[in-house]
Amino acid sequence: MTAIDPTAHLTAEQIEELGRELDAIRDEVIADRGEKDAAYIRKVISAQRKLELASRGVLLFSFFPPAWILGTAGLSVAKIMDNMEIGHNVLHGQWDWMRDPKIHSTTWEWDHASPSDQWKHSHNELHHTYTNVIGKDNDLGYGIMRVDEDQKWHPFHLGQPLWNFVNACFFEYGIAAYDLELGRNLSKRRRKNPEFRARAKAVGRKIRKQVLKDYVIHPLLSGPSFITTLAATFTANVVRNLWTHSVIMCGHFPEGVQVFERRSIKGETRGQWYLRQMMGSANISGSKAMHFMTGNLSHQIEHHLFPDLPSNRYAEVSVKVRALFEKYELEYVSGPLPKQVFSAWRKVFRLSLPNKNPKVKTPDREKELVAA
Amino acid sequence: MVTTPLLPSDYLDLVSPLRAGADLRGRIEAVRPETADAATVVIRPGRGWRGHTAGQYVRIGVDVDGVRLWRAYSLTSPTDREDGRVTITVKAIPDGKVSNHLVRRAAPGTLIHLDQATGDFVLPQAKPAKVLYLTAGSGITPVMGMLRDSESDAIDDIAMVHCAPQPQDVIFRDELHGLVAEEKLRLTEVHTDTDGMLDIARLDALVPDWAERETWACGPAGLLDAAEEHWTAHGVRERLHTERFRPSVVAAGDGGEVTFSTTGRTVDADGATPLLDVGEEAGVLMPSGCRMGICFGCVTPLKAGAVRDLRTGEITEGEPGVLIQTCVSAAAGPCDIER
Repeated sequence: MTAIDPTAHLTAEQIEELGRELDAIRDEVIADRGEKDAAYIRKVISAQRKLELASRGVLLFSFFPPAWILGTAGLSVAKIMDNMEIGHNVLHGQWDWMRDPKIHSTTWEWDHASPSDQWKHSHNELHHTYTNVIGKDNDLGYGIMRVDEDQKWHPFHLGQPLWNFVNACFFEYGIAAYDLELGRNLSKRRRKNPEFRARAKAVGRKIRKQVLKDYVIHPLLSGPSFITTLAATFTANVVRNLWTHSVIMCGHFPEGVQVFERRSIKGETRGQWYLRQMMGSANISGSKAMHFMTGNLSHQIEHHLFPDLPSNRYAEVSVKVRALFEKYELEYVSGPLPKQVFSAWRKVFRLSLPNKNPKVKTPDREKELVAA
Repeated sequence: MVTTPLLPSDYLDLVSPLRAGADLRGRIEAVRPETADAATVVIRPGRGWRGHTAGQYVRIGVDVDGVRLWRAYSLTSPTDREDGRVTITVKAIPDGKVSNHLVRRAAPGTLIHLDQATGDFVLPQAKPAKVLYLTAGSGITPVMGMLRDSESDAIDDIAMVHCAPQPQDVIFRDELHGLVAEEKLRLTEVHTDTDGMLDIARLDALVPDWAERETWACGPAGLLDAAEEHWTAHGVRERLHTERFRPSVVAAGDGGEVTFSTTGRTVDADGATPLLDVGEEAGVLMPSGCRMGICFGCVTPLKAGAVRDLRTGEITEGEPGVLIQTCVSAAAGPCDIER
């Protein structure tokens, strides 16, 4: 977090021009979107299902160590595919244009503790609309951490490296609690709210089903391999949680990512909204396999600019987006996964303590724009 | 429970999409050209197919450029075809996404989605003694289904008047002439490029006893409107059965009357206000999200009518299964929103 606004050199006209150029990139993809993209997502879904079935099949003999290793690895990958390249993106409506009711944001359910409709609300509506706006975007630290100097320090934050680690291991439950806004809703007054209770019940049902499948039925089907299969599904869930948590931390927490004040988004134009997404996200560089396993959230910047474009197109879009960053002299935050994870963790540790300097404030961009 | 959050059928679909109990699908087995712009598509329907009655149509869902589009086509195969396959015959219309795809690009092996056959353009149980089929262009397709069916054997006297631009545009021409040679059919072809459009009054000359016949007519709206007027004028309207392929053309550009059928409210909307706002104004419970077309929190079924995407001007027409983003869609004529 720098005290200097990295977008201060842009005039209001430039920001709107930038918005138009981004709109054009989006239109190009939409005009070209078609059969190949549809074939892509169907292939991924089919591969995920086959991999999951095969892995669970192998795990029926998990008392045999090579079977345990192979099955657990396969199931971990299958769960990551389900959550990232498929679930996250389908639930974003990236594939709604196909009008296939089986691959649609309104009908999809994923291998996750949080029911898809609750996740869609907190993620698509709140996080994507109010990205990195302090007090509006709860993804900034998930309500349990301080990830920017501008967020108020509280002694509770001293423990945040530990909270973050526990959250990473059980990330899917963390997200379910977060989507329920448990922290806020557990107060005496709100606890009885029928709407909250209905949502909590839905989460309970979802978790029960998930637990029954992974920790009861599948181990039971394994007969003598009961214990080893139980260990395998637990391991696969933890691997999936650690992986998705790391990828998601890299999206908005690494150094160089900007946060915004509540009043800076009042009357925000489309161009300004785009600019906020550009400055508020960070990418992960790497191979095709890396992009795939992150559900293309390695292209976090592109995803935040165009959350409803099919994920298989972010790679080609990133070339054009990067060129715009250069043209407008903005910093494109990107790095390999280990570096970004380290950067995010360092921030979690650093900000567990109060700010060293007297509170540094981000300049209010809106004010400057008015002045310009 | 073993497969949560999916269903066992999601896995079975990977290996056996046509099995009993699956969503009804079919596999295209062959596409045979009939004329320069028409082709017959041979479909092997899934195990759940309940058969059809001659003259009925089937709605099929085809992925064109990755987008599932649904259209209705008349079945042209006899109901008792031995191999259990069904056929539809499709004429490619200018700018017709699905018809052009089926005629020119569809490949054998492709899976398509099906509804059960439906439609009341069928022969009655008690077969009339004398029948007239009045058809034009692809309007011949449901009638061909009837002619090919064994049902037709019970009819003694079948006359047919068919209009097409030129002889080579007549779909099933050889087969029709075969029926004529076997004296099963009396056929008049009207070639509109040379003869001009059929003047309905000419029927007196072409089929003098037309008014005594039960008539099934299928073709463009102009022909059907004229026929309905003609039959009504002669007091024999009850003997005329018509089938329209395009019930109503949606007038685009202006707003229209919006029906929220679940809530049971109808309001007038202009062509610029997002349907989300229109619904909320009317006190309808509308799901909403970002209000800028990105979060898909507002997606709602469009049952009928047409809406315009305010961002692109693109028109989406309603039918079962079509979902729209209400926050960026405005009415483009009367429409029915399922909320």
